[in-house]
Amino acid sequence: MSMDPEKNFMRKIEAEEKIEPKDWMPDAYRKNLIRQIQQHAHSEVIGMQPEGNWITRAPSLRRKAVLLSKVQDEAGHGLYLYSSAETLGISRAEMIEALQTGAAKYASIFNYPTQTWGDIGAIGWLVDGAAIVNQVSLQRTSYGPYARGMIRICKEESFHQRQGYELMIALAHGSAEQKKMAQDSLNRFYWPALMMFGPHDSESAHSAKSMEWKIKRETNDDLRQKFIDQTVPQIEYLGLEHPDKELKWNEERGHYDHGDLDWDEFYNVINGNGHCNRQRIEHHVKAHEEGAWVRDAITAYNEKKSAKKSRHAA
Amino acid sequence: MMSATDLKQATLEYALRLGDDSVVLGHRISEWVSNGPFLEEDIALGNVALDYIGRARMFYGYAAELAGDGRTEDDFAYMRDAREYKNLLINELPKGDFAYTQVRQLLVDAFNTGFLAELVKSKDATLAAIAAKASKETRYHLRRSREWVLRLGDGTEESHQRAQTAVDALWGYTFEMFELDELEQQLVDAGIAVDTTRLKAQWEVEIKAILSEATLEIPAGDWAVRGGRVGYHTENLGHLLTDMQSVYRAYPGCQW
Ligand SMILES: [Fe+2]
Ligand SMILES: [Fe+2]
Ligand SMILES: [Fe+2]
Repeated sequence: MSMDPEKNFMRKIEAEEKIEPKDWMPDAYRKNLIRQIQQHAHSEVIGMQPEGNWITRAPSLRRKAVLLSKVQDEAGHGLYLYSSAETLGISRAEMIEALQTGAAKYASIFNYPTQTWGDIGAIGWLVDGAAIVNQVSLQRTSYGPYARGMIRICKEESFHQRQGYELMIALAHGSAEQKKMAQDSLNRFYWPALMMFGPHDSESAHSAKSMEWKIKRETNDDLRQKFIDQTVPQIEYLGLEHPDKELKWNEERGHYDHGDLDWDEFYNVINGNGHCNRQRIEHHVKAHEEGAWVRDAITAYNEKKSAKKSRHAA
Repeated sequence: MMSATDLKQATLEYALRLGDDSVVLGHRISEWVSNGPFLEEDIALGNVALDYIGRARMFYGYAAELAGDGRTEDDFAYMRDAREYKNLLINELPKGDFAYTQVRQLLVDAFNTGFLAELVKSKDATLAAIAAKASKETRYHLRRSREWVLRLGDGTEESHQRAQTAVDALWGYTFEMFELDELEQQLVDAGIAVDTTRLKAQWEVEIKAILSEATLEIPAGDWAVRGGRVGYHTENLGHLLTDMQSVYRAYPGCQW
């Protein structure tokens, strides 16, 4: 006696069983996941640009090596996530196309420019830090390949976060100019990092259904609060000023109360008015187009090879 | 015979030259990050760049140890000007297109394979140890660049054309790889440095075989540009160093 597939699907979700690529799943679940995993993959890839911007200028060989290998890790995360999305029936070529036409999104944090070396510290510390809070929660997401990917990726992300923070310590505890650089980077990246968790739960377009299907495990606001709380002592240790002047410990809630986020600015950047929106996509398109003849060469070479082989075999 | 002090000074200079080769080429390869033809290649090129940066740190670290005057690997990388850099010119040329990058890698990787296999036998234990580590990496680099040159040379008409253009443009920079100045000759005599003049024949055999399999031709012309080892550089190095050293120099005396 076979069970109604939809009921079986919901039973698995409720029992905390993972959904695997070959399992039946509602169309909307599949679409929702493709959107989310794809957006995550694109974020990893586009994120290579603002950080890659400082590889050649890193002020010590050790930092250069650390940054290079971080950016490489991000490329690896992108690859891994593209493969996860592919298990849902979309190809990498389709995803790249969607990124380049704007049909698919990437994290808006990468539309902000990296203006100083301090920004490399702030990104590792705050942006990777925020990503981890989100991704730790996604380790329990209902789709198997995505959940397993998050476990693997989180290990590297926490490494990035520590390295970024360590860079900030060097600046904040360094010369007066370095400390100023650290403060400036913190000021510019703090609020956009908070916005990485997405809009308030009440305004989030995908939240309710995603929670029901256990694609998302915690709400945007809860995750954001976690990040805010964990960042307070880190800023204190650096000896920097907290960018949020309304920040206050709330004994009753057991959390910090915080100032309002400037959502107008957030949507302004998402909607194309950030400093780097066009640049990021143009950069991606340019590299992709300039690589076309290379990819063609591989195809041609492989065809020649296999033609030779079959001639020999014949 | 050189005095012990002179020998030490010459070894320091030699370590710097090898560090310069590594940091400059590593810089060029790192420029591919986020610009590669596909993501896997971004990662692979990043790996190669990392190997070179790591190698530069080892050579400069050793130079710092020999100098013993408080200078660090970063002082050597960031505080010397173009005229003080002694890298072979082929390493400083711009990254060019993907064919240019892979052809350069092939020429350099094949050279380094022979070079490091000899440096492993150096009487200087530190240089020998660095060479042993680098040698493993370079064998992998060569497998990669060889495979790429085969694919590009024998791929499409366009890739063939680009690869041939790269060979033609780079060939004239390969001569100085196999030449010794007085300093290196002295170190060769002392059993410390590699006699690169003896590597050329084998290198040529190897390169000719790979290029011919890739349907590419060795250029007929005999132009050759020299000067890297005496600090007589192309215009490219100044820009590379301006970029690389900008932050370090803008905030003198800082720890990063
Ligand atoms: Fe990542
Ligand atoms: Fe991530
Ligand atoms: Fe990361």
